[in-house]
Amino acid sequence: MPDTNLPHALNSDKKIKYKEYTPNKQTMTQFPIDKIRNDFPILNEKIRNKPLVYLDNAASSQKPNVVIDCISHVYRHDYANVHRGVHTLSVRSTDKFEGAREKIKDFINAGSDKEIIFTKGTTESINLVAQSYGKANIKAGDEILISAMEHHSNIVPWQMLCEQTGAILKVAPINLRGELIFDEFIKLIGDKTRLVAVAHMSNALGTINPVKQIIAAAHERNIPVLLDGAQAIPHMPVDVQELDCDFYAFSGHKLYGPSGIGVLYGKQALLEAMPPYQGGGDMIRRVTFEETEYNTLPYKFEAGTPSIADAIALGAAIDYLSAIGMDAIAAYEAELLDYATEQAKKIKGLRIVGEASEKGAILSFVLNHIHPHDIGTMLDSLGIAVRAGHHCAMPVMDFFEVPATARASFAIYNTKQEIDVLMNGIESLIEVFG
Amino acid sequence: MFDDLRDLYQEVIFDHNRNPRNFRIIENADRKVDGFNPLCGDRLTLFLKMNGDVIEDASFQGSGCAISTASVSLMTEIVKGKTEAEAEALFKTFHEMTTGKDEQINLEAVGKLAVLAGVREYPARVKCATLAWHTLDAALKNEKQSISTE
Repeated sequence: MPDTNLPHALNSDKKIKYKEYTPNKQTMTQFPIDKIRNDFPILNEKIRNKPLVYLDNAASSQKPNVVIDCISHVYRHDYANVHRGVHTLSVRSTDKFEGAREKIKDFINAGSDKEIIFTKGTTESINLVAQSYGKANIKAGDEILISAMEHHSNIVPWQMLCEQTGAILKVAPINLRGELIFDEFIKLIGDKTRLVAVAHMSNALGTINPVKQIIAAAHERNIPVLLDGAQAIPHMPVDVQELDCDFYAFSGHKLYGPSGIGVLYGKQALLEAMPPYQGGGDMIRRVTFEETEYNTLPYKFEAGTPSIADAIALGAAIDYLSAIGMDAIAAYEAELLDYATEQAKKIKGLRIVGEASEKGAILSFVLNHIHPHDIGTMLDSLGIAVRAGHHCAMPVMDFFEVPATARASFAIYNTKQEIDVLMNGIESLIEVFG
Repeated sequence: MFDDLRDLYQEVIFDHNRNPRNFRIIENADRKVDGFNPLCGDRLTLFLKMNGDVIEDASFQGSGCAISTASVSLMTEIVKGKTEAEAEALFKTFHEMTTGKDEQINLEAVGKLAVLAGVREYPARVKCATLAWHTLDAALKNEKQSISTE
């Protein structure tokens, strides 16, 4: 082990100070933050003997009791395979599973539960569209348009499709504030564009894209649009019919639900016309060795036994969020982000990466001469969980000429006090690094 | 405030991070290998000037976290004048020290590098410390391709 007699820089006994702030009384009284914090048992954990300050919600959010209990309840009382048997338990399981689909349909205001496909998560949802819709409709020389702020999961499936078909991937540029340059985006929509796939909200920058304008511009030329909703869905109301998007992909685990379950929304007419993605049980109506007749929507795209309990628990998460209200959540988180941004700007040597005028609750930043990984380890020692790295968006890091960023991302259970702990931690580590 | 991190961030590490040693290009280097840790974005280029099987000079360029910068800085200091076999032996000992497989590791054998022993308690940071050495290993084996610790 290291020589403990070595002189050491980390001898500061500075205590964490909570800065004074005036709460916005209206929001604070309306938003039941104390109740919400009590609903998330993990928030009582001590990390390195400090209260957990969990600010890595863009990677995955924590789970409320209703979700944890729901999974346990399903396995204790309601579990059997779905769509299979005539026995009571299978019927009960199927009812709950299909009930979750119905909740998701209502949550995003889809027109029909046939349009809600259960997947493993956003990544599988996008891959499904690339391999099913893409292979059937995109040919050599055709173009797929994405933006420069995409997560790898909205880049690589299209690159793979391009390799398979000879199609070309076009990338709409962003500006230094981390916003899509809309005029350039429009210029890239051309006669050969067959699909537009963009993030509703960027995971690395927090930028909320002007998706309604994007969709309107693409639809003028009858080009379908896929929105990667992984980041947007926990932070704002999403209405797929109002957006008029053709596909919307998201994950359960960022929406306070379990990992391993996600959703692909697709317009029914598009889904009907698409070939199956994977073959197997549940996605068929009739199989002989000569030919197979595929099942109807949404089952055509749900081969194999799905993640049953996780789907049902995602329904529980949606009930939980709906009771609070997505508008209230969006307003509360906007207040958190404004406060965090304001405090961060006071820290000398801190640069915020991503300053779009429309932004969700993500604060990505770098510090002069201190690598994000060092920031991550030092904040962890204070009980603060932030993400340090490229956030699966290496092209974004290249654009801003940083190897990585540190990212604090906020959720419904975070508080201004926690942001103070973060800012105090950042100031202290800057002091230590000297 | 950061008491828990004393074993990881020792003053020597801060010193080498602020003022990395041998941070330069060797124009007529005999070996030049890139090291990359995609998870953190640490990138370095290692230069070696050989005299027979003795490392006459070692230097690096690049950017990384404090642990990886200090590790490569310390490494370029310590391998100078060592034979290839001695450097490889040191790599082996360093690797054992940082991955914690041998509790009885002889810290005297690694000299100054002992300041990096603390990473064994931080599995997420071990690769930061070992990137330099994997790159050196590739350079000594005269492998041309870039090295990744992922």
